[in-house]
Amino acid sequence: MQLEKPSPSRSKTGGFFLSLNPLLHELPSYQSLIRRTSAGKGSTKRRNTAPSYLFTSLTHRRTGSDELEQNIGPLREMPVSIEEKKRIRASPDYQTYMLTKYDQGRLFRKRARFIQTVKERLSSLYLWKTDIHDIEGKFGTGIRSYFSFLRFLVLLNFVIFLLMFTLVILPTIISTHQVVNTTHAEVPSSVVAQECTVYEQPKTKLVLFYSYVINLFSGTGFLEQTYLFYGFYKFDYLSSGNFHYNLSLAYFMATCFYILLSLFWVVKRAVEGFKQSFIRSEDRFQSFCNKIFAGWDFCITDQHAAKLKHSSLQYELKTDLNEERMKQKIADRTKKEKFRIYLLRVFLNLVVLMILFVCFYCIYETTVFSQKAHKRSADNVEGFTSDLIVEYLPSIVITAANFITPRLFERIIQFEDYSPAFEIKFILIRSVFVRLANIIVLLLSLWSQITTCDDDACKPCGYNNKLYPCWETRIGQEMYKLMIFDLIIISSVALFVEFPRKLIVTYCTWAPFKWWGQQQFSVPQNVLEIVYGQTICWIGTFYSPLLPGIATIKYFIIFYIKKISLMNNCRPSTRPFRASSSNFFFLAVLLIGLPLACVPIVFSVGVIKSSKSCGPFVKYNISWHVIPATIDRFPKGFNKLLYGLASEAFAVPFFLFVCLILFYLVALAGAHKRVIDQLREQLAMHGRDKQYLIKKLTRDSLILKKRSTMSSIQEN
Amino acid sequence: MGSKQSIFTEEQLDEYQDCTVFTRKEILRLYHRYHSLAPEIVPCHFNDCADIKLPLELISEMPELKENPFHQKVLQVFSEDKQNKMSFNDFLNMFSILSDLTPQHLKAHYAFKVYDFNSDNFICQSDVEVMLAKLTGDELSDEEVQLVCNKVMEEGDLDGDGKLSFTDFEYMITRAPDFMSTFHIRI
Repeated sequence: MQLEKPSPSRSKTGGFFLSLNPLLHELPSYQSLIRRTSAGKGSTKRRNTAPSYLFTSLTHRRTGSDELEQNIGPLREMPVSIEEKKRIRASPDYQTYMLTKYDQGRLFRKRARFIQTVKERLSSLYLWKTDIHDIEGKFGTGIRSYFSFLRFLVLLNFVIFLLMFTLVILPTIISTHQVVNTTHAEVPSSVVAQECTVYEQPKTKLVLFYSYVINLFSGTGFLEQTYLFYGFYKFDYLSSGNFHYNLSLAYFMATCFYILLSLFWVVKRAVEGFKQSFIRSEDRFQSFCNKIFAGWDFCITDQHAAKLKHSSLQYELKTDLNEERMKQKIADRTKKEKFRIYLLRVFLNLVVLMILFVCFYCIYETTVFSQKAHKRSADNVEGFTSDLIVEYLPSIVITAANFITPRLFERIIQFEDYSPAFEIKFILIRSVFVRLANIIVLLLSLWSQITTCDDDACKPCGYNNKLYPCWETRIGQEMYKLMIFDLIIISSVALFVEFPRKLIVTYCTWAPFKWWGQQQFSVPQNVLEIVYGQTICWIGTFYSPLLPGIATIKYFIIFYIKKISLMNNCRPSTRPFRASSSNFFFLAVLLIGLPLACVPIVFSVGVIKSSKSCGPFVKYNISWHVIPATIDRFPKGFNKLLYGLASEAFAVPFFLFVCLILFYLVALAGAHKRVIDQLREQLAMHGRDKQYLIKKLTRDSLILKKRSTMSSIQEN
Repeated sequence: MGSKQSIFTEEQLDEYQDCTVFTRKEILRLYHRYHSLAPEIVPCHFNDCADIKLPLELISEMPELKENPFHQKVLQVFSEDKQNKMSFNDFLNMFSILSDLTPQHLKAHYAFKVYDFNSDNFICQSDVEVMLAKLTGDELSDEEVQLVCNKVMEEGDLDGDGKLSFTDFEYMITRAPDFMSTFHIRI
């Protein structure tokens, strides 16, 4: 604190108290406060200065505190004016300091600037950096977080595509061009009946042009036996000289790799966001202060952005106040009210469950119908539109369910009387659940179709080979259809709903339209859309190795569609989405999708018998058996080790050990929290002690001074 | 590296480099900005002895400061002569403190002075009310303003005197994650 002329002022209690007390500056705690290094505090961009001794201002101290230590340090860290710094720099003390201590300042600054320019160059390589910056300037950080999330998904899908390409597709391309020796996967006829290995395309009598279009959109016909689907990868071994490449193993391992890669990458990003939101929620003491003292971004230069910031700050403060009021209201509830509310909530949750069951039943029925119709339509070609609609019927029903249910949930939650922030989160969780569960139900109905047969027709192959000679390809086709349909819906909504709305609102001066207003960009719903798309991609990549590539292109297109729609059709939201915890929330939702996506894959790999007529796993009973078969080929000792690791004798102690570690970490976190609370209380207490002591000391010294002057007057 | 500029002497540039976080190029660029605010008053070559000062109104026209609701107080804090005029030294000091290389304790020191609107070395209730008015206009009702002030005092005031001293403020700033990135002007 700069010491100005101590001016007496009245404190709240009316006592006489020097507001700026020289005693305060003599306290050891103050000395260590200004002596404290800046390293480790705040941003990590700070350079690590040598223990810097702050030079206390000479001019102001000359009044009588020469006994204060005068330690010299980097000039730029002194809270004084530049003229003052120049004077200090010219003083002999500083010169001696320069001789004794090497001023690393210039070197550090150069290095800091260099690192900064390197970072700036690297960040200019970021995809869409300027676009996202523009969006942030015009629409705020909430919407910006959506677009960075979209960018992350583009990158993730691209990396997964590269993985699948190098491990699976590239070897297959090499083998089809007969560059190296390949052995096709053959199933010994003694093991399985001949009829299981039959896989031929149903030949349509008339090949019409529109059948090509249908094939393109549904993955059937000319697309079925291509790199797009699982059924094409029928090769077993590639060998060239001594090098053997086991394609079936590679296919399996690629699947494991992409799941693990997605898991680690999403968790890594989520952890960064989690730290932020955890600190913020733990230290609930900070939300208001942070908004008021660190709320205004001093970098804002654009008038439009400034207006936006004002309104978003205002909205945030109002929301926080609402939360406070809500908390108060909840605390004030009587027992009877609580009981009533809980009963109401249970009832409404049952209503929600009922809605979900209705959805699931519809999806099940449509899937069964669509599958049966698919077989029929292969024999006789019906009308174009009816064929296409029948193919896409499950997608249509799922999309309709995804559209209707959030609106219903919004209505329902108003009766449940939650706090506003929790309401938004809860609607999102319910909507996420609906979307993901819809996919699962689709897959379950497919599975029931695949494994149930009318009579004993399933016995030879273990699955319904009449309807599904290559069932993995069929599932791949369903996922492909879902993905294409998702893209079509998003682009049509942008083109045929938002754009006309904007035209109507701008050019039609009728009052209701003006009140309806332009579209507002709803971040949560858009995030759900892309999480849904990503879950489909994760499920489908096992059955269709090219799907991540298609997903990359799809998200690429969606970015531009959304951006154009946002810039032209939407207006800044009057209720901006709070970005503070959103990064973590988006990734958490994505993280729900990933295990859900693993469930069908685990089922297909471990439970349902693999197709005998197509794909790399024809030799094995179920796809998982490629792993034991490979392990058996390893040397004996290694073999035993791996079997030992997989046995119960190892797994159970390992699990117990992990539980112990978890328990220890939880206990540690609890202990830390207690210590923090205690220290905070101590800090407050010591502050009060200090004030009291200083008051007392000043008062006593004043009294003493008065007495001494009075006694000296008396003597004279 | 050899410099072809003739605005500053080498000695002056070295001085400024030691006193601020800026490099030579940045100091020159800042002098150009200062000069362009009032070309007829500010000389092309820097003259340390001359008492060249620009009125604060002129400086608040800069795009970096114009939209800032606190720009008046910021300029007042950094103008040393307390007569609503800023010399080049003050100008440089201000942007040095507000740059991103400045350590947190220094920024906190000046932020405290900026936010202390009645200059009593405490951030009291009236200061917070002024801040709210600047941040949100008149959109918040009186009751809401009162609530916010109470919450702020509840969160930040450690010694219980109803206002924030510098120690309280500094402790609070260390726990505010956004402070370093928002209390920053790019120039």
